[in-house]
Formats: sequence, C-alpha cells, structure tokens
Amino acid sequence: MSDLSKLTIAEARDKLRGGEVSSVELTKACLTEIDAADALNAFVHKTPEIALKQAEHADTRIAEGDAPSMCGIPLGIKDLFCTRGVPSQAASKILDGFRPEYESTVTNRLFDAGAVMLGKLNMDEFAMGSSNETSTYGNAVNPWRRGNDDTSLTPGGSSGGSASAVAADLCLAATGTDTGGSIRQPAAFVGITGLKPTYGRVSRWGIIAFASSLDQAGPMCKSVRDCAIMLGAMAGHDPKDSTSADLAVPDFEAALTGDIKGKKIGIPKEYRMDGMPSEIEKLWADGAEMLKDAGAQIVDISLPHTKYALPAYYVIAPAEASSNLARYDGVRYGRRAHLAQGDGVTEMYEKTRAEGFGHEVQRRVMVGTYVLSAGFYDAYYNRARRVRTLIKRDFELAFADGIDAILTPATPSAAFGLGEMSDSDPVQMYLNDVFTVTVNLAGLPGIAVPAGVDGKGLPLGLQLIGRPWEEADLLNTAFALENAAGFVSKPGKWW
Amino acid sequence: MSIDKATAAHVAKLARIKVEDDALPALAEEFNTILGFIEQLNEVDIEGVEPMTSVTPMRLKRREDVVTDGNMQDKVLSNAPDAREGFFAVPKVVE
Repeated sequence: MSDLSKLTIAEARDKLRGGEVSSVELTKACLTEIDAADALNAFVHKTPEIALKQAEHADTRIAEGDAPSMCGIPLGIKDLFCTRGVPSQAASKILDGFRPEYESTVTNRLFDAGAVMLGKLNMDEFAMGSSNETSTYGNAVNPWRRGNDDTSLTPGGSSGGSASAVAADLCLAATGTDTGGSIRQPAAFVGITGLKPTYGRVSRWGIIAFASSLDQAGPMCKSVRDCAIMLGAMAGHDPKDSTSADLAVPDFEAALTGDIKGKKIGIPKEYRMDGMPSEIEKLWADGAEMLKDAGAQIVDISLPHTKYALPAYYVIAPAEASSNLARYDGVRYGRRAHLAQGDGVTEMYEKTRAEGFGHEVQRRVMVGTYVLSAGFYDAYYNRARRVRTLIKRDFELAFADGIDAILTPATPSAAFGLGEMSDSDPVQMYLNDVFTVTVNLAGLPGIAVPAGVDGKGLPLGLQLIGRPWEEADLLNTAFALENAAGFVSKPGKWW
Repeated sequence: MSIDKATAAHVAKLARIKVEDDALPALAEEFNTILGFIEQLNEVDIEGVEPMTSVTPMRLKRREDVVTDGNMQDKVLSNAPDAREGFFAVPKVVE
C-alpha cells in the first residue's frame, strides 16, 4: 500500500520531473487501488497493459527532459470517449462489443502529452442521468457514506464513475463530459473539482454525442490547479469539430495567483429555490463571505429566466438526442437484436433499439422525437430555442454590468442514496441539474469546487460561472475559493 | 396537450423503438409528466426573440471540398454485427 495514487497532478508532475518517482510506479500504484475497488464499480474496462506501456514511454520522455505537465500522469477515461481498440460503449447495451478504430481528439491530445490511461469509467447510459443508475454496467458507488450508515450513495451522474474514481484515489484525475451538469454535479457529490469549459473550447470529435449543442468535455480533478493543468492539455482547435473554437489556449495554470481583489462576484437571487436545505444556503453565504474576505466585491444580480432553463433543456437535449441516437440501428456497429423468421429491416431497427437502449434513454429519445414531430416543432422545439436565447441574454447583461463571475450552489442537495429516487417521477431526478443546466444552455464555463460538508459528513460544492473563454480568470477565482474553503476531507475507506 | 395511448404508439413508431402494447399507458403517463413540466415555457414572452442556432457567435469553418481520408473498408466494417463480402448485411428490404 502506497500513497502514490493520492497525489495531485501537480505533485506527481514535480515528483516525476525530480526523479523521485517513475510513471510506472505511479501507474502500478493506481492499478493496485483499482483492483481493490471493484465495490465502487467505477472502472468498467481496465486497461493495465496499455497503461504500463504508456507509463514506460512517459518515463523515457521525462528522462529526456522534455515532458509536458501531463506526462506520466495516470488517468481514468469516461466510457463516452472513443478509445482505439478499447471498449467505448457510453454505458449502453446497444454498443456492446464496440471497439473504435479511432481515438477521440481529447484522449489523443492527452496521450500526446504523455498521459496514461488506466481504463474506462462508468457513467449513465449515453450520459443521460444524474445518479449513474442508468448504466448497463450497473451503478457506480460513491466512496462517501453518511457517517457510520452503510447505505450506498450515488456518486452523481452522468460522470459518476469519474467522480468515484478520483474521490477514492484510484487515479490522479479523470475526463468527464457535461451536457446539463454531468461534470459539476458528480464532482460536488464526491468532494472533488470539476470544470465544464466554454462550449467550443474542447473538441467533441470522437466523444459519443448526446446533445451536440450542449455537450462539452472537461477535467475532473483533486484540485483547481489540476483542472487548470489538465484543461490545458485537453483544449484547442480541432478541424474535425466544426464548433471547436480557433482560439489560442492560454496557460491556465499561470493564471492561478489567488488574487481576486476588485473582482465583482454576482449572487443570482433566482437560485434561492423554495425548500433549499439550510445547509446549502449556509454554504452559499459562507462562500460569498470567503470571496469577499479575499477582496472581491459581492453583488446581488438577477437572472430572470433561470426558472425556465430546465424545461427548455428537457426539450432541446432530448430533441438533439433523438437525432444523434438515430445512428444506433444495429447495422454499422454495436449490437443487433435476434430477429424472428420473416422480420424485415423495420423490425430489426425496432427490436434492436428496444433491447439495446435502457428505459431513460428510450424515454428521452421518444420525447425528443415528439417535440420535433410535425405540428409540435414550433410549439416545443422552437419555443425552447427562443427561451434559450433569453437565458443566455440574462448572463450577457450581468457580464455587461461588470460581473466577473457568478457564485451559486452546485447542487440542491448532498449525494442521495442509490435507489432512493427510483419511485419518483423523472422530473424529480431532472431537478438535480437546476443550478448547472443554465450554464450549458448559455455555453459558459462553470466549475464546481468542494466547499464544506453537511450534517452527515457528506461533501457539498459551490459553483462558479465565468465569462465565455475566460476559464483562466474563472479558475483563478475558484483557486481563491479553494484556498479559503480549505476542504481537505476524504472518504473513509470501506471498499 | 395530453398524450394518449395511440399518440405514444405513434411516437414509438417514429423513434423506431418497439414498445409492447401493455407498456403504452405507463409510457403515455410519463410523457404527460414531462410535457407538463415543459408547458412552463408557455409563460415566457418570446415575442421578437430569435431561436438560438449557435451558442457562440461564430461562423462555421470551411475547408477545401476534397477527400481527406478513405480506403479503410475493413475498419469501417470491423464493428458491424453482420458484414459480408465488403458490405453491411441487413434483412431483406425489397421483395
């Protein structure tokens, strides 16, 4: 038992460069932790051979003295990323057996920077869920528990495996993706830091698509500094994604001075929801106080269309999903249903999709099909897109008033028990994303930072929302919050 | 707007997802819950507001209209559930 897997990226980088540790040692330490953590069901495809080969190569590069920050760093990769020759199935049965012949741009960039892939991580099926309970691999489990109560808790979703793996120190960091909060909500549920970049900052090429106008990949890490380092390696223009921005990628880590004197931090009154737990309210107030003590100016602001973000999202995201998931037809890749004598091509589609998609995915595809169907397109889809314009405008007006970042809670509660929401209607589960979904609709960067624990000892997170393309400034504000909050709690090891 | 069993069946058909008859009433009820939630959007004054087409105001990049890859039939077919003689195979489509 070593503590190597507990290192942050920044610590490991310095130890690797200083020759104190090798990437092979670091990787082996993580692989040992992973093998002992099957109870968390975070890693669903382990790739030790690939990892050790990449680690050996990284050690050579480091020895040659020309290694980028991510060189030799062992990571977990969300199952949504296509990785060449390695199962990549978006936690869906319909992609059983799919082994891509190509590498996603994000993993390609990370591997070019010398990062090591330990394996693929559990998630909600096609990233549709907030609890990692829709996965074909079964639930991922949160390493945190409510005190001595051994109830299994959700690590959140959709990037639940990523969250669980990082919080349990199975890897140094992980990739996540965020369509409505799928990086920030799980990060908050397990007490780690997760960043959703500005839409277009990170290439979507090779990431299995859910809702293309909302999807964005980002880092899930043990610190703000690690998010800055890892984002630098993931980001950049990609000709293969026409929506990826042709903008220079700044040195995000260099922006971390912790100095936020004079910054204007907005507190949106619409995020004070009815029935918000007092612990969340207190955390939020404490967070504002910390930023104020660090020299920022706290300003009350209004984002009047906030209330309509979730309903707009539940038109737009299913509509795009219905279109994106039309490709799973049992013809080109993945799994085809067994057909009866005389079944034609239509039966093949219908049976394949009924067997291959889980319940939540089927529901969203059908809702999306409905809102796009003739006669309803204007009433639902176009109306939602117009409301989306207004939601984005709310933020633009706040930023035009000189607001630098917006502080909100990351989630409306701490992690809940696996199965606890199974009797609720789907809308109850959707409410998990109430604070995060606005950010995707407006294309903005957002980061969840662990800031405290609730009465049962579970982590709680705050969210900071930044101006478009100003992740560097956002990370610096998050760094100041992280320094002030001083969150150092770790889950007690039971697995 | 309330969705009945027949509408649910029609949507399932459009989505090419087989839903058994006895599952349709529950499905229709779920649709109604979700659509009921979405109905809130009717409260918003959207007069004169353009539907969003791109969240970041940028012109999509263009490139030369030339072939950039190809000649990888084996790779394209390698994940097919049924591939024969260089083609994707499907049940008989034309009688």
